[in-house]
Amino acid sequence: MIQVISFYLFASILIASAAMVIFARNPVHSVLWLIVAFFNAAGLMVLIGAEFIAMLLVIVYVGAVAVLFLFVVMMLDIDFTELRAGFVKNVPLGLLLAVILVAELILGIGAYRAGAVKLGIPEAGPATVSNSVPNIEAIGNLLYSKYIFLFESAGLILLVAMVGAIVLTHRRSHGTKGQNINSQNMRRPQDATRNVNQPVGQGVEL
Amino acid sequence: MIGIEHYLVVSSILFVMGVLGIFLNRKNVIIILMAIELILLAVNINLVAFSAFLGDLTGQIFAMFVLTVAASEAAIGLAILVIYFRGRGTIAVDDVNRMKG
Repeated sequence: MIQVISFYLFASILIASAAMVIFARNPVHSVLWLIVAFFNAAGLMVLIGAEFIAMLLVIVYVGAVAVLFLFVVMMLDIDFTELRAGFVKNVPLGLLLAVILVAELILGIGAYRAGAVKLGIPEAGPATVSNSVPNIEAIGNLLYSKYIFLFESAGLILLVAMVGAIVLTHRRSHGTKGQNINSQNMRRPQDATRNVNQPVGQGVEL
Repeated sequence: MIGIEHYLVVSSILFVMGVLGIFLNRKNVIIILMAIELILLAVNINLVAFSAFLGDLTGQIFAMFVLTVAASEAAIGLAILVIYFRGRGTIAVDDVNRMKG
């Protein structure tokens, strides 16, 4: 019973906050509703035993992506009322498209329920869930063995994204002094220093 | 009793919310990026639900990769948005026609 209650709680809050994301007038409010949506999606995932993905969702989306969005929304000085000018004009077409998409998807799910298309049952392999191993351990075993190359390419994608974002937004400021590595390396000791035989009792002449 | 259909309905409604968001806020790129995040979240819920109901962990692994791509897409998209705003002083995507040649 508690599963049913919590499923409907999470699902309704998720959908309501997703609606608020796209209908909110202020983009800052949109970002905050997005955070609520991610939390409730994480709740839905915990409910079916995917706790690692749920925690990842909270950490990555709420901790990184939503904060990035918030940062950009607050940094840019934008007149958001002007951007909403076409909102009412777009509503009929958008709603029509949404209704068609929902109808198609519900039709597919209804057909699945009536008797799914048999594509064959996946044979028991290394990815099969076993109840004795915790979720995180099972994912780790799979990720670092069977999917190691995909895992590394995911890291590569993140690296490329990071470098790309830095290259795009980095501005070289004028009038600041920087290091000249080349002239630093070309400098030799005999150019820069001199040895003097300094007599006792006299000041050093520089 | 909660079955896979419930999860599929939730994720399809969420997906359609994302598409609707792209259609309604056609000028505001920030909301469009958030709508794309909602779409990817719907995909993730779908993957995880099927993973749980079929008893196969591969869906959860792929949900992780979708998460990775979503994060990098948000970073790159917002970076492009920032340099676009610096150059034009607005983020209205209706008049993005610089690349027309």
